[in-house]
Order: sequence, then C-alpha cells, then structure tokens
Amino acid sequence: MKEIVVLSGKGGTGKTSIVGSFAVLAQGKVLADCDVDAADLHLLLKPSVKEETEFWSGQVAVIDEEKCTQCGLCQEVCRFEAIDDFKVDSISCEGCSFCYHVCPAEAITMKESLSGNWFVSETRYGSLVHARLGIAQENSGKLVAVVRQKAKQIAENQGIDYIITDGPPGIGCPVISSLSGASLALLVAEPTLSGIHDLDRVIDVCHHFDIPATVCINKYDINEQNSCQIENYCLGQGVEVAAKIPFDNVVTEALIRGLPVVEYSQNKVTQEIKTLWQEVYRSVGSPKKILNRG
Amino acid sequence: MIISVASGKGGTGKTLVATSMALSLKDKGKVQLLDCDVEEPNAHIFIKPVLIRKEAVSIPIPKVDETRCNYCGKCAEVCAYNAIAVIKEKVLVFPELCHGCGACSYLCPEAAISEEGKEIGLVEIGSSNGMEFVHGKLNVGEAMAPPVIRKVKEHINPKRTVIVDVSPGTSCPVVESIKGSDFCLLVTEPTPFGLSDLVLAVEVARKLKVPCGVVINRTGLGDGKVDDYCYGEGIPILLTIPLDSGIAYLYSRGTPLVEGIPKWKETFLQLFSNIKEIVDGRDSQD
Repeated sequence: MKEIVVLSGKGGTGKTSIVGSFAVLAQGKVLADCDVDAADLHLLLKPSVKEETEFWSGQVAVIDEEKCTQCGLCQEVCRFEAIDDFKVDSISCEGCSFCYHVCPAEAITMKESLSGNWFVSETRYGSLVHARLGIAQENSGKLVAVVRQKAKQIAENQGIDYIITDGPPGIGCPVISSLSGASLALLVAEPTLSGIHDLDRVIDVCHHFDIPATVCINKYDINEQNSCQIENYCLGQGVEVAAKIPFDNVVTEALIRGLPVVEYSQNKVTQEIKTLWQEVYRSVGSPKKILNRG
Repeated sequence: MIISVASGKGGTGKTLVATSMALSLKDKGKVQLLDCDVEEPNAHIFIKPVLIRKEAVSIPIPKVDETRCNYCGKCAEVCAYNAIAVIKEKVLVFPELCHGCGACSYLCPEAAISEEGKEIGLVEIGSSNGMEFVHGKLNVGEAMAPPVIRKVKEHINPKRTVIVDVSPGTSCPVVESIKGSDFCLLVTEPTPFGLSDLVLAVEVARKLKVPCGVVINRTGLGDGKVDDYCYGEGIPILLTIPLDSGIAYLYSRGTPLVEGIPKWKETFLQLFSNIKEIVDGRDSQD
C-alpha cells in the first residue's frame, strides 16, 4: 500500500484543492483528511457519513471544592499555569495528573475528555476518513494517527492500493503524525518569500523523518523569479519539482460551487494538476510487482 | 493592549495584517510585534528586524540516576504520556513524548530522577526602527509548539501595544497564542474554506472569552457568505482588502503592504482605533 501525504508548511497554498482534484483523477484510493483542526476536504467531496466515532483522549483535572483544603500544593506543582484560585482551567490543563498525585486531601480527580469525533464517509470518489477536533482541544496528533489507521484498515479490507492524505499546515505535532511512515510527501509551495521559507522547513522535516518528497509550485506566475528560486533550491536539495500550476480564478470559482477544479473546468490549471497526479503516481511507484511486458 | 491576529485557515493574510498594523502604528506610539507562529514564522521577512539576542527553549525531561533507582515503577505509573517505562532493571525515557510536567522526578520515592533540559526551539529578540520584535522557532522534528509560544509571550512588554501573529488552526498552539489577548482579529477569505475555518476560529475566541472582529481578505474573489455569517453572529467586519495582484506581488517579495502602497497606513490606523474603541468600550462596562 502506498500513502501520499500532501503538506505545505505554510497554510493556504492549495493543498485541499489539489487533494480534491486527485480524488477525481486517482483510481482505487482511500482519502484521508488529516487537517483535523480545520478540515475542509469534505466541502469539496460532499461525503455522506457512514460511521461516526467519538474521540476520547487525554484527561483534565477537576478539583472537588468540598474536599479541597486550599493548601495550594496543586497550584505550586502545575507547570502549565492551569490552576488558579483552586480551580482548574480546563483549556490550559495538559492532563499530566501531577496535581492529582500530590493532593494531600485527595480532592482532585482526572476526568476523560471528549476531544473530537472522527468519521468514515462515502463520496463519489471513494471512501473518506475525516475528523473534527473539538474546539481548543489537544491531542490533534493522536486524532491524526486514528484517521490514518482507519484509512489503512479500509484500504486493506477492500484491497485498495493507495491512500491520499490532505495534511495540516506547519511542521509540528499533527504534521509529524501525518507524515511518519508515509510513502511520499507532496509539498505544495507558493512563490512568495514566506512560501520559500516555509518550504525549506517542511523539506527539512521530510529529510528528518526520511520521507521522499516532491514539490509542486502553485500560482507560480504570481512571482516567476521566486518560482525560479524554488526550482533551483529543490535541485540543490535533490527534490523534484513535479508541476507548476498557474494562478487562475477558476480554482476559487470551483470551490464556491463545491467542486474539485478538474471537474469544473478544462484549462491550464486542470492540465497541470493532471500532469502533477501522473508525476506523483510515477514517483510513488507501484504497490505491487506488475509484469509489464509488451 | 494585546491584539492577536488569527484565522483558522492558513494563508488568509494574518502576517500581512499583523505586520501592516504594527508598521502603521510604530510612528504613532510604542509597538511590539510577536510572531507566535513558531512552526512557520514569517513576520521577520517583512519586518527585517535586527536580532540582538537568542534564547534557547528547552523542556525539562527526566534523567534517571540508575545507582539510586530501585525499579519500583512509580515514575512509569504516574506519567500520563507514557514517556517513561520501567522494564525489569532498565528505565527507558522517550523524550519526544514527554511534556515536561515534572511529576516523575517529584514523586520518585528514591529521589533518583533529576531533570535536564532538552532543546526544542529558540526565541529571537530584536527590533526594527524602534519597533520591538520577538519570534520563536520550533526545531525541525519537534512536535510541541506551545512551550516555544509561552517563551515568546514571556517577552510581552505591557507598556506597548502588542500585536501577536498566530499560527493557523484551532488547537493548542492557537489557544496558547490567543490566550490573554484583549482582542482577536480573525483574518479570512470569502470562500467556503475561509468561512468554515472562520466559524471554528470564532468558537476558539469565544471559548477563551476574547472579543473578536473579522478582516476579509481578497474580496471580490468569492461569495458573500462570510458577510452573512458575521452579520448573523454580530461579529464586526473591521476591514476588507480586495483581491489585487499588486498586493499579492508585494507580499511575494516580502515588501510590507504599507511600505509598497503607503495609503494603506491610514486604513490600518483606522482599524486599530476601531479595535481600541471596542476594547475600551468593554473595559468601561466592567
């Protein structure tokens, strides 16, 4: 099985629009939305939810006012500034249980917290596993791991060879969780100085975890000089630039209509995304040995 | 006053708004800009600060003195993150899982655990033409952004107007960055993705009890549903920025909007005074 993860470092470079189009172009795949903080792929793929599961993860400390002697030890040991005036701020609490273990009055209990939900859905393009992290919740990395695991399980059960994952922005916890052990990272870059800076960091993350990467420059004609710089930089890093997609309002028009852009329009953007998919498909290699003799 | 600039969705123009507002204000008063997007900090590209000091950010991870340890397993039992395990006569520490809470070392009956710092990032402090500037950088391969964000925020100067550039999303790094702000400016775009993520970002601000207002970037590009949502929820739309290839080009080169097109300065000063009015209005109600 091959798992392609689409990342970018910088947000808003076009990951979800590209994954939405891959959903149309790729045959035999399971889709996964690992941007669990701010999932958007469902807005393009219009899934019908088949299975919804609560995601219980982590704990939060609760102080029983009746038992509390106000000794202040919990406040003293907490390193997350989560206890003030003998009350726990559930948003700041990281669930370490230190206070629970030290409280001499046994006034503190640890409560499991509902951190979100995850879904298995059907779409016109195949199965989609997606999730919604609760507002201001922790453990996005763990929820990402659950989404990936479920996508793999579906692929295995149905004999599907590819998983295409829409990843989160950044380089931290949910990105690491989306990337580890993947077959290929497709990095969507934009030709801005911020975009170049962020691409550099996300390529370093791929190197760090030893994941092969390939780059796509989106809206390359916003600043062709910067695009050139990205190409040179990638050459130096031994990373292929698989496609250069021009800026075009059709991408947004398609989005407004809730359609993947390759279904909405037949123009240069669509052509380039098709080329990109072929390149990604080629780079990731065949999951099975195919006897291909003419 | 502390104003954080957040968005939910990435790439909507947080850094554009945060840097433009900070640069517009710096001639009028004392400003400090904090870049709390420690995974992908970009504000420095526009501000071009002179960085004068670096501070390493580390989290305390357990160090076990095996000559004292009797392998009782207390540390593994109390660790909520499975970051320490005792297997027969061996204690294994998994630094990447450790949150640095300190429970294991405090609770070890043999006092066999001390703590050592594990570097996960750094904070750089500098200035640019009288504006104070601080940003944090999470080391590549490290998962936990909040300790780096906390370290950046330790540098908040209460005598200044503080502008905080926040990372995209709605989880711990965003919460850590917005927490304690007097106002949260949410930057979005008029598309279904922009709207969907704005709704989540508004919920974060409300949960943190921080009043918020919206900036719609790239207007003219999408639909009117973000406007409808804001009117429905009673959230003020404080600024709209049109879709404009000139603005995009300046951004791509790292040129601050208010330097490339100086007439924007007035607009951002107005934005600030509108925010100030909202915040002062709330304070006088309290």
